[in-house]
Amino acid sequence: MNLAYVSNLAISVVAASTPLLIAASGELVAEKSGVLNLGVEGMMLVGAIAGFATAHQTGSALLGVGAAALAGMLIAMIFALLTLSFLANQVATGLALTIFGKGFAALLGAGYVGISAPVLHAIPVPLLSQIPFIGHVLFDQNILIYFSFVMLALIAWFLNKTHAGLILRAVGDSHDAAHAMGYPVLRIRYAAVAFGGAMAGIGGAYLSLFYSPLWSQDLTAGRGWIALALVVFSAWRPLWLLVGAYLFGGITFLSLYIQGLGIAVPSPLVSLLPYVGTVVVLVLISRDARRIRLNQPACLGKYFHAVS
Amino acid sequence: MLYRLEPRGERSLFWSYGSPVLAVILTIITMMAIFSLLGKPPVQGIETFLITPISTASGLSSLLVRAAPLIMIGAGLALCYRANVWNIGGDGQFTLGALAGAGLALALPNGAFWWEYPLVLCLGVLGGMFWAGIVAFLKLRFNANEILTSLMLVYIAQLILVWLVTGPWRDPQGFGFPQSAMFGAGATTPDFGTTSIHLGCLLAPLLALVLWQILARSVLGFQLRVVGQAPRAARFAGFSNARLTWIALLVSGGLSGLAGIIEVTGPIGQLTTTITPGYGFSAVIVAFLGRLHPVGVIFAGLLLALSYLGGDAAQINLNMPNAITGIFQGVLLFYLLGADVLILHRFRRIRPSAPEAA
Amino acid sequence: MDSELDNTVLERPPLLVLRGIVKQFPGCLANDHVDLTIGKGEIHALLGENGAGKSTLVKIIYGVMKPDAGSMIWNGQPVSIASPAQARALGIGMVFQHFSLFEALTVSENIALGLNDPKDRENLESRIAEISTRYGLPLDPHKAVHDLSVGERQRIEIVRCLLQNPKLLIMDEPTSVLTPQEVSKLFDTLRRLRDEGCSILYISHKLEEIRTLCERATIMRLGKVVAHCNPAEKTARDLAEMMISAKLKQQDYSNKTIHLGGDRLVVNKLTIRSNQQFGTDLKDISFTVKGGEIFGIAGIAGNGQGELMDALSGEIPAGSPMNILLDGAAIGQERPRARRRRGGCFLPEERNGHGAVGQMTLAENGFLSAHVRGALGRFGLINAKRTREFAAKVIHAFDVRTTGPLAEARSLSGGNLQKFLVGREVLQQPGVLVISQPTWGVDAGAAAAIYEALLQLAAAGTAIVLISQDLDEILLLCDRIAVIAAGRLSDAMNVKDATIEKIGLLMGGTHTGKEELAHALPA
Repeated sequence: MNLAYVSNLAISVVAASTPLLIAASGELVAEKSGVLNLGVEGMMLVGAIAGFATAHQTGSALLGVGAAALAGMLIAMIFALLTLSFLANQVATGLALTIFGKGFAALLGAGYVGISAPVLHAIPVPLLSQIPFIGHVLFDQNILIYFSFVMLALIAWFLNKTHAGLILRAVGDSHDAAHAMGYPVLRIRYAAVAFGGAMAGIGGAYLSLFYSPLWSQDLTAGRGWIALALVVFSAWRPLWLLVGAYLFGGITFLSLYIQGLGIAVPSPLVSLLPYVGTVVVLVLISRDARRIRLNQPACLGKYFHAVS
Repeated sequence: MLYRLEPRGERSLFWSYGSPVLAVILTIITMMAIFSLLGKPPVQGIETFLITPISTASGLSSLLVRAAPLIMIGAGLALCYRANVWNIGGDGQFTLGALAGAGLALALPNGAFWWEYPLVLCLGVLGGMFWAGIVAFLKLRFNANEILTSLMLVYIAQLILVWLVTGPWRDPQGFGFPQSAMFGAGATTPDFGTTSIHLGCLLAPLLALVLWQILARSVLGFQLRVVGQAPRAARFAGFSNARLTWIALLVSGGLSGLAGIIEVTGPIGQLTTTITPGYGFSAVIVAFLGRLHPVGVIFAGLLLALSYLGGDAAQINLNMPNAITGIFQGVLLFYLLGADVLILHRFRRIRPSAPEAA
Repeated sequence: MDSELDNTVLERPPLLVLRGIVKQFPGCLANDHVDLTIGKGEIHALLGENGAGKSTLVKIIYGVMKPDAGSMIWNGQPVSIASPAQARALGIGMVFQHFSLFEALTVSENIALGLNDPKDRENLESRIAEISTRYGLPLDPHKAVHDLSVGERQRIEIVRCLLQNPKLLIMDEPTSVLTPQEVSKLFDTLRRLRDEGCSILYISHKLEEIRTLCERATIMRLGKVVAHCNPAEKTARDLAEMMISAKLKQQDYSNKTIHLGGDRLVVNKLTIRSNQQFGTDLKDISFTVKGGEIFGIAGIAGNGQGELMDALSGEIPAGSPMNILLDGAAIGQERPRARRRRGGCFLPEERNGHGAVGQMTLAENGFLSAHVRGALGRFGLINAKRTREFAAKVIHAFDVRTTGPLAEARSLSGGNLQKFLVGREVLQQPGVLVISQPTWGVDAGAAAAIYEALLQLAAAGTAIVLISQDLDEILLLCDRIAVIAAGRLSDAMNVKDATIEKIGLLMGGTHTGKEELAHALPA
């Protein structure tokens, strides 16, 4: 195994991990504010097609990413309106968002199957990309890969170091207490859900503008759900989200790798790996119920109606 | 904000039934808007979608055929959701049921025993129960979230199906297509006369009625409702949460498995790579639209079945993608969830003469 | 009474004046043209029963709720307070009855959340230390709230208010969760604040406290102000009569005759782990209750009462069958339904979602706990007729105001639902009844009915365990009592030998009181 081979391998892991990391870090923020949005898969799909279509029409992949963020945010607002203002059950509404998002993306994307769009190109970071091995793996990538790291760092800083982040965590911990102290619980949650939607949309655009890079109806293949599992895995801590996303990226890559080796395992069984991996990891992480309860935002999934 | 929500204090009986009706009306209006946005005549569009498919006798019978799996899965999910168990892996249990039954049907020579078909159905039920049982086991033993595990098991079941029909179970005479051999007559769901209506179309509403009686009249049904609404009260009363979780998942898994084996031994007739167009997810909507009530599920199942037929009709007659079905279903569930707020709340106008204007 | 009001108002310039405050909730007029004047530097009591509208009024003052009508004058200027942030900016601080704290966050994070002005958040930890020392309120800023005792939690709220140099401090039922010793320390702090010129609005229904602490009192009943007075000049009985409309019937059950039977409930070295996130584990609990006896368990909320109830009812199994004996049978590991079959009946503190299901009908709620002893089911099916009849019987016997057995539980007022639930257990003719907080949030009339029912049940030979935070209730009804603190139960004592002081020390978890005093000194 030479260095180039290892670095290609590492690049593939980074490539497979990034959409999970982006989508999961958005969901993390939403969940920290106490909202469980199970519609990540739907938001990713809508983002993927919005990004793809925009890039195709305008010729700019970056505009596509922007459109994906906007589309993800808009569709997340349907969820926010229903769960926050109309007090709908968050689990059911999240499912509805996924069902709707799949249908909506398929409808929009009907004319884009088999067409190509501009893709995201690698932008080497000056100097850093010259570092042997690491430079190539981490600093000679497309913009969304940098974005995933920067956003994760920003989120960690925001949640733990800023007063606004403290307020967001407080809303997730006890919306009644936050309301009694005069914090606008619903507005904060709307913002958090919107952020989650934008990030899921960008995660989707990453798939359609770089990873695939094509539009197909079930492009996400359950990645939205895996992102949700990652948030549980991380116990709502940003750094562990990074570990989790790369673990899954590794598993996804492993399944491709096994196929590449030409070992006589039927390809559908190899494709099982990420899903089985998700179940196994969920089981391992959830075993300690006390730990989950301690870290989980106490108001996660509960509806809030202020008497005013 | 001109209006604000205020709690009613008690359930509004009117809106318990009115909210699905309102949701359906709003969905139809929205669909017409979507049709016209896509450059199709809205009235003709909605007619093609909702009326054309059932304007003929054969259309009506295909409605019943489509509704059968939706009602079976939806009734089981309604039971689960009543017990606050969020099984959304209906498709996985459907697929495993189909695989378990089909395994026997393919292994036995045609017409080996008279009880071959009943045995195939039983295996289908067991297959679905097994797949849902994994979810129950992981939830109770390891506290793993059932939403995520049941969903992952959908993908896993689908990939197992693909593996089997492209590998070990592929029909040797199938010209390399990814599908199994057709099932023999001894393992085929009987249908009635010249129609496509089959045994499952009768079984589905019948099973829903049985579940209704269980929920409404039995101590078990009472326990499921209590554990869903107030888990602490269930503990206080001495109802075992673990036992009820097992029951809810096994019943709904069994029903999904039954739907799966009937579907492949009936309308489809063999295993292919796509044996469900997402019945398991549509059944989530069926359960909610039916007010988590097995009788409501029957009606909701028919409506959702119509949305599948409508998607096909729109594709053929209006040259639209059949993804319109997913949009219809998603929009319907959105409106329903939104309208449900009226059951426990009312909107009150905020008087402009508020004292804080001082 | 009104003349007294005028005199006292003239003594001090008013800080806050409320005129004609109205607040309407669906089905209930919470504040009906309420007037209130608070002078500068006075401790002003707002007195009333549960549901009199006190909490609504203070939420309006603090900007949490908006009044439907009425005006407010602060320091001579008309104001409308739209939010708590605005209230804090004016100089109003509030300590809530149910603390508005965030369990997962640390003490200093919790305090920072109460400070709007970024300047107030600079050097926060040293300023917390300064305030703590000055007012005798010791706190560790790095601890997470879920690890703290109730008294410590209250200190956080007080420190948070004091950091903003409030002119008016509102305290909503601050002592309901404190030991008598902690109460007296709190009063010292409040008096020091008053001497520094801060006004205090003190909400309570505890009469003796108000008589010792407050200079003026405003008394509310059913949403209206019914009287103003100087509480020190009134007896507790006078105040109580103003608070509840009817003349108080002297309740005294002390001369009842007790016919003690054999041991019906024996708890023997019961140790369990809590099943709640921030619960209290039980350690080595032992006591015995005879037939015909009412055994009281006093203690401050959150010291293991919930866990003890769960252990006795069977929701949490004990380590060994011998830990709990019911009429001689070892039931420590039996499930709740088996215990009911043997004659155990239970009613936990929390009505909604624990003792009852709000969305279900009264008939179904009757079935919930009575189906075993009432034979309301057969062959796995619910006997709908018998179930309705049972609920109707409870409704009739306990005078529950409702439309009938098919009414949803949540449509009943708190007091009515409680009567129904007590009735549900009492009519099952239990051999042993364990009941927690039977009159919490219940009006005086309903409370008297519940007391009568419990006494009659005991007279018929039932062994009753009464878990309550209301000392008056315990002293009124019980024959013997013990105190639970931090999951341990004190030795039982006859009610004749129990003094408030002795119980108070036990509530604090100490036997001499020395530890507690040492802890009170600022670190």
